[in-house]
Amino acid sequence: MTNTTPSDSTLPSSREQRRHEFMGGAKATFPLIVGAIPFGIIFGTLAEPSGLSIIGALAMSIIVFAGASQFIVLGLLAAGAALPIIIATTFVVNLRHILYAANLVPKVRHLPQRWRILMAFGLTDETFAAVSNRYLQQEDIRDAHWFYLGSFCAMYGNWVLCTAIGVALGELFPDMTQWGLDFAMSVTFIGMVVPYLKSKPMWACVIVAAAMAIATATMPHKLGLLVAAIAGIAVGLSFHMMLQRQYTQTNENKEPS
Amino acid sequence: MNEALLILGMFIVTFGVRYVLFAIAGRVHFPAWLSTGLGFVPPAVLTAIIVPAVLIPQGQLWISPSNPWLLASLIAVITAFIRKDLLTTIVVGMLAFSLFRFGFGL
Repeated sequence: MTNTTPSDSTLPSSREQRRHEFMGGAKATFPLIVGAIPFGIIFGTLAEPSGLSIIGALAMSIIVFAGASQFIVLGLLAAGAALPIIIATTFVVNLRHILYAANLVPKVRHLPQRWRILMAFGLTDETFAAVSNRYLQQEDIRDAHWFYLGSFCAMYGNWVLCTAIGVALGELFPDMTQWGLDFAMSVTFIGMVVPYLKSKPMWACVIVAAAMAIATATMPHKLGLLVAAIAGIAVGLSFHMMLQRQYTQTNENKEPS
Repeated sequence: MNEALLILGMFIVTFGVRYVLFAIAGRVHFPAWLSTGLGFVPPAVLTAIIVPAVLIPQGQLWISPSNPWLLASLIAVITAFIRKDLLTTIVVGMLAFSLFRFGFGL
């Protein structure tokens, strides 16, 4: 491991080192990109049947760059949700990124704002995973932002390219909606939810969200979606905290401190 | 739907969440309940989207073995529990859906 004294990190780094970090970031992200490819393509393909124009689909991938939210927005558009509901849902879905950002703050505070803006724009689940790994392995963060940039560029390039491929496929086969591709979204989300189901509070959260989603299905502008999600989160969190309190109480009885 | 407004709004909330802590770059400590609560967000939102899409596919609550959306979803859930692999779940779920809807004409 290299020396990481503060004076060291103010020294300019060589172009070679930066290139090395950049390529390292892109390489570390590659396995994660493979998983993102089908979603980019399916997003592009489903965009038009869901009511988003070709330009709109491409612009969303280029400007917003948020895989899961973009997918969810297509579902909401197809269901006829109102604009404020769609924006609010995007916000809620992306809230997890604030935890990633909190985690990365000590690694970015020495960088100028333009770097931080670029890194914030590129903050995705995949890049966070790749970059965290880099920080775990090497403490020297002088050029780590180039690693971050490499990871971001790989993710971004892939996402925009796959969206374009999907849009083109949708144009080639305009009757693709008849193939039941709308179900692709549901099945994708099922595959994303199931791995979460590891604890009782999580089960409670999902069951309540499901029941509330049916109970509130007739609410205007798809407002029921937010109501159901918040109910699920509230129940899951309460359950979790209740279990935790029980746990600490039993432990306190054993060893008072 | 105004697409420019949609994309602008999505950009603001997405980038805003990602950038706010980088901008101030102060040490932030979230209370434990908030971090835990955020962990419940993705499954809750996704479930709230899936369930109506599957149980109300054509405007009315349809809980019946002849609902191909429901049948294929159950198969997808089982697949996801057995093989924790997203792509396998998608492929199996889509095959099941095509079979029920177009093969058996449910």
